Amino acid sequence: MLKIENLHASAGGKEILRGVNLSVNAGEVHAIMGPNGSGKSTLAQAIAGHPGYEVTAGTITYEGRNLLEMAPEARAQAGVFLAFQYPVEIPGVTNAYFMRSAYNEVRKARGEPELDPIEFLELMDQKLKLVDMDTSMLHRSVNAGFSGGEKKRNEILQMAVLEPKLAILDETDSGLDIDALRVVAEGVNKLRRADRATIVVTHYQRLLNYIVPDFVHVLAHGRIVKSGGKELALELEAKGYDWIGEAA
Amino acid sequence: MSSSIESMVNKEYAYGFVTDVDADTLPPGLNEDVVRLISKKKDEPAWLLEWRLKAFRRWQTMTEPHWSNVRYPPIDYQAQRYYSAPKSVKPLQSLDEVDPELLKTYDKLGISLTEQKFLAGVAVDAIFDSVSVGTTMKEELSKHGVVFCSFTEAVHNHPEIVQKYLGSVVPYSDNFFASLNSAVFSDGSFCYVPKGVRCPIELSTYFRINAAGTGQFERTLIVADEGAYVSYLEGCTAPKRDTNQLHAAVVELIALDNAQIKYSTVQNWYAGDKEGKGGIYNFVTKRGKAQANAKISWTQVETGSAITWKYPSVILQGDNATGEFYSVAVVNNRQQADTGTKMIHIGKNTKSTIISKGISAGEGQNSYRGQVKVLPRAHGSRNYTQCDSMLIGNRCGAHTFPYIEVANNSSTTEHEASTSKIGEDQIFYCKQRGLSAEHAISLIVSGFCREVFKELPMEFALEAQQLLGITLEGSVG
Repeated sequence: MLKIENLHASAGGKEILRGVNLSVNAGEVHAIMGPNGSGKSTLAQAIAGHPGYEVTAGTITYEGRNLLEMAPEARAQAGVFLAFQYPVEIPGVTNAYFMRSAYNEVRKARGEPELDPIEFLELMDQKLKLVDMDTSMLHRSVNAGFSGGEKKRNEILQMAVLEPKLAILDETDSGLDIDALRVVAEGVNKLRRADRATIVVTHYQRLLNYIVPDFVHVLAHGRIVKSGGKELALELEAKGYDWIGEAA
Repeated sequence: MSSSIESMVNKEYAYGFVTDVDADTLPPGLNEDVVRLISKKKDEPAWLLEWRLKAFRRWQTMTEPHWSNVRYPPIDYQAQRYYSAPKSVKPLQSLDEVDPELLKTYDKLGISLTEQKFLAGVAVDAIFDSVSVGTTMKEELSKHGVVFCSFTEAVHNHPEIVQKYLGSVVPYSDNFFASLNSAVFSDGSFCYVPKGVRCPIELSTYFRINAAGTGQFERTLIVADEGAYVSYLEGCTAPKRDTNQLHAAVVELIALDNAQIKYSTVQNWYAGDKEGKGGIYNFVTKRGKAQANAKISWTQVETGSAITWKYPSVILQGDNATGEFYSVAVVNNRQQADTGTKMIHIGKNTKSTIISKGISAGEGQNSYRGQVKVLPRAHGSRNYTQCDSMLIGNRCGAHTFPYIEVANNSSTTEHEASTSKIGEDQIFYCKQRGLSAEHAISLIVSGFCREVFKELPMEFALEAQQLLGITLEGSVG
């Protein structure tokens, strides 16, 4: 589904990714771990197409298409979803309106008819249950005045609505207490399917107790320095990232 | 970011066309003879000519104000034309008698009178150049005793009301542009709602500037008698021009005891091209007077004009009167806007609310200028002001000039201000959810303006959102 080869990316003239290689197949969950500043978020943003990150070399192929040639909104419409580490606030725009606009753009891209507000609310009823939120949040402005946990849950709610083929969760666990973490993880697990893939970017092993990955990769100094199964995460938890740094 | 934000170009002004009508136009220049001639052409009573002449003489002693935060080359008032009327303007019995060229113009603007008649409860008094052509739904209104007609008709048919209230809120000596208007105003709209009557439909006027080099000097007078209610909509488009066009309108609102006037404007006049060539100079004086328990609300969405100089104000004369000002002002390219309001608290327990949303893009300069004045007698008065600015790109500007004077210690005023920037992160977030840049901007800006849009009548709110989208199109890439 996703094939990243020799990816180099920089921000503000500084090279952050220095040759990342990664293959993700449908049905798989990959965890990207690594110390602060290793390039985890840059990788997530580069896949989504953030203009602040310049890809200087390498390729990203998504479902056989050159992802780097696609505009960010085209990537989204093609099923690439990024759950932001820092979800952005849009004052005055209700969550319901925002999500319906996004949902209808994605449906249009798929050649499906748009949903009217009533139909959309029916859909939302089911989706809200996934993340244990009530309908009042639909009428609040997008992320404005949300607690950290609410923002993260709102990201998962959007993911549940848009049903992406490739979901990238960027530090979704940061700032969550254990109950919120469980809710978010359950939401993600319910969305797992054989034709979908997930990339979980995280600093800590904690989230991986709930979202069990098929593969774990360790990113350091802009490269994947070690890959393994879910047990690698536990090893990292026990030994810390310095151990990898030495190994690399 | 800035290069990508500025990379998209503006959509051409969609309403830039000129109607070929044989206009009855005075040569350029202004003197007492011109004032007399305008009055004569309109067959006005002597008192009105006298009033015009007093205004003209006063105007001659005044100098153009330059305290506002706008820059433009000097205006040669002797190079302007002060009267232009389509020739086919004699009283018409039906639309069949209207110049077909005019009807076509209205069609292009999407305000065909033929359709309007049947549309959901909107009477249209369409102003073409300086003289009103065709008024609809008069019969429906007259059943309720509501008078809604051109200013000229009102002078002939309701002289006592006009004489009583003309200049009672904006005196002929008020300011340079108001005095000029008082001397040479050609036409405008008049509305009178009798005691206790709730006007059954929303009244709407479309202003339009035609004939090159013709200054526009509309005069609007709205009187809501005791306990009356009226909602008035004003919407504007103008044909494209290379030379700057001067516009100096005056609007006076009078809300007697327990009356309510809601005045909504969507202004989309030609703003000039990307380099700032052409566009309307819009110097407007709008003011209302609210008597006891009366309420006046101004809602404006200003997206057009090269220069906007406009401060719709409320004199809170009576006890418990309420004044409201809800404004969205958008500048793009080289547009400049200096706009805001004045709330003058005279009566006890008077209350005013000011919500101003300024959006600046391109090299636009947007200033909020507002005065809240609470006089010694106005015990227990309250003002709340919220003044938000949004910047798109790095070359535009937002400025806030609040003036607050409180002369008693039982009143409260609150002023909140914020400035935000549409960030690349907000746009990227929207794009990552599948929205295009234009869609993202229009969404973010609509959200920013929501408190103002919800004050607009439904049909205007939609138009306003679309206008915002068109105005800002191309400001972000």
